[in-house]
Amino acid sequence: MTMTSYAISNPTVNGRPLVETALVKAHIIAALCFFIYGLLAGLVFALQFHNLYPFVGVEELSPGRVRMTHTTAVAYGFLVNGFMAGLHWVVPRLTRRPTLSKNLGWFVFMGWQLSLVVGLLGILAGHAQAIEWAEIPTYVDPFVVVTAAALAANFLPAIWRLGKGGPLYVTLWYFTAGFIWLALTYIMGNYFPQWLIPGSGGAAITGLFIHDLVGLFLTPMGWGLMYYFVPTMLNRPMWSHAVSLIGFWGLAFFYPLNGVHHYLYSTIPMFAQYSAVIATVGVELVVMTVFINFFVTLRGSGSALRDSLPIRWFFVGMIFYMTTCVQCAYQVTLSAQEIIHFTDWVVGHAHLVMFGVFGLWVLGIFTELWPRLVGRPWWSHRALEWHFWLTALGMFFMFVALVAGGLVQGFVQKGLNPWEDYVSMSRPFWGVRIFTGLMILMGQVIFIINMVKTARSPKPVEAAAVRAEGAVAPASSVATGVA
Amino acid sequence: MKSLEKVGTVLFGAGFGLFGFSGLVQAVLPYMVMKDVKYVTLDEIAKNVSPEFVDLAERYPDEFRKAYGEPDSKSYRAALDEGRNVYIAEACWHCHSQFVRPVANENQRFGPVSWPAEHQNELQLPQLFGTRRVGPDLIREARKRSNDWHIAHFWDPPMVVPESIMPRFTWFFDANGKPNRRALALTTYVQWLGSWLPESDELLTNVIASPGGEK
Repeated sequence: MTMTSYAISNPTVNGRPLVETALVKAHIIAALCFFIYGLLAGLVFALQFHNLYPFVGVEELSPGRVRMTHTTAVAYGFLVNGFMAGLHWVVPRLTRRPTLSKNLGWFVFMGWQLSLVVGLLGILAGHAQAIEWAEIPTYVDPFVVVTAAALAANFLPAIWRLGKGGPLYVTLWYFTAGFIWLALTYIMGNYFPQWLIPGSGGAAITGLFIHDLVGLFLTPMGWGLMYYFVPTMLNRPMWSHAVSLIGFWGLAFFYPLNGVHHYLYSTIPMFAQYSAVIATVGVELVVMTVFINFFVTLRGSGSALRDSLPIRWFFVGMIFYMTTCVQCAYQVTLSAQEIIHFTDWVVGHAHLVMFGVFGLWVLGIFTELWPRLVGRPWWSHRALEWHFWLTALGMFFMFVALVAGGLVQGFVQKGLNPWEDYVSMSRPFWGVRIFTGLMILMGQVIFIINMVKTARSPKPVEAAAVRAEGAVAPASSVATGVA
Repeated sequence: MKSLEKVGTVLFGAGFGLFGFSGLVQAVLPYMVMKDVKYVTLDEIAKNVSPEFVDLAERYPDEFRKAYGEPDSKSYRAALDEGRNVYIAEACWHCHSQFVRPVANENQRFGPVSWPAEHQNELQLPQLFGTRRVGPDLIREARKRSNDWHIAHFWDPPMVVPESIMPRFTWFFDANGKPNRRALALTTYVQWLGSWLPESDELLTNVIASPGGEK
């Protein structure tokens, strides 16, 4: 068992270090702060389902408001910050150039954290916007848009200059499109249904927003990072370049057409509902190729799952990804929707996508990067194992409980049982949710203690285990080797 | 194939192009269909003051006068608007949906299946369809329960529904336990949801009613 890859080489390009490591570190710390808040918010909200809410009568901590901060903190605070850390690490390495400007990087960092803190406080103060996943108050929206545009401006020039020389590596397709999609999606979802388009037309756009945020920002960023980290860490090229192409363009074509499937059987015109269902089945089939590409790449290196924790985080996340894809391809059908829509089934699905996939990837990236950022080996490998197993098992059982509970809820509704049955029959499943949530929380506490201990441990003997990997552009040469 | 890997193709083709195409199919086309359905403003909705609003004024005269004065179109409009804002701020819409589906016996549990015109109004900007039901759907809530029931329910839900897991909203009440303007507003709003349906027991198969319209 070795965890020796804790030193980095960071060459100077045009008078600047290639990677702004302080920014990577700052985004990781911010991500974990928001994550802990998000977990606590989810936990206390889950207590409400058992009438055990600790802050009864406190307006600013009312369960409904706290629920909205749970999703906001985890999606925008934890995942996006985590991805930004990954972007600062990966993009300069692939483009062989630093970002446009260090100051712009810090502007994005500060802008994002500030928008989020004000957004979360605004939600707690009662200023939430009535759009799911966009509850950040309307007065914060312009700042989010500016920050998202600055994020794109910081990374795109280097990619553009590299791109003039020829085809780009897969990771950069995902990132390039993802930057554009984030800004467009945020503007579309926060402005049109809020101020311009009411009712069914507005719901169609809201559905599009909910879906694009996951599919056109988190998914491309996540897969882009996987296409960098997995081949470089396994030290072998991706299995098939052609399959990578299918995966990317399949996602770009089908994913944004899925939006309306969040409001099936609603008053949105049926042509939009049917097309969303068909596109959803399409996207699940197409993105499955990405999953296959990665697992075939792993062939012959299976022991990495045991020996390398980041690789384990990545591939378990991919198994969850495949699970959500299979699930999505049939839960989206109208006959399944009749039962499972409006129930905890969907909540389980959302948790598996947002945390089981992207959350696990981000934690894997942190596990890989932290020792290299602080220049020390992990303080405790056993703590890393606990972190992994508590998190992965907690996530898995939470998913199982919510999906099973969702089925019960769906049939109780259809069976015209009194609503009291719905509550009493859901209680065991909601109980499991609290327990598994505690497991996940405990895992992160262990991880953070490990991070702090690692950063404070004595420096290892100079260059004892420096791995020369990580210098300029190994990924593009390794990973595009096979077409 | 190489052209599919070029930065320009990715940026403009996938980034802008396919995003725009999806917007056309999933947003612009539904909007084009919906724009022929009449949009009803809040002024039109509040033209006829609901009996429930008048009832609130009679039941809680001091609190009502302090908050809204007399129960007329102007105050009804203000209460509906404020009630909708409270409904958003407290995340009611995260646990209650606002549309009845044509499946799963929902028309038997809640009432007639929803139709587009019901949602084409200022109180559905932004729309409040909802995606989750921890509690029941509310789009057919008007007149199902009394104002008193709702006020008691906001104070402490298990008082009226013992199994309820809905939170208490104690900040809707004064120090003396009387409902404040937020309780009155939210009750007004909830009693409006579905109030455009005809008040008859006959099977509502071909009803085309909408807020602010003829019953």
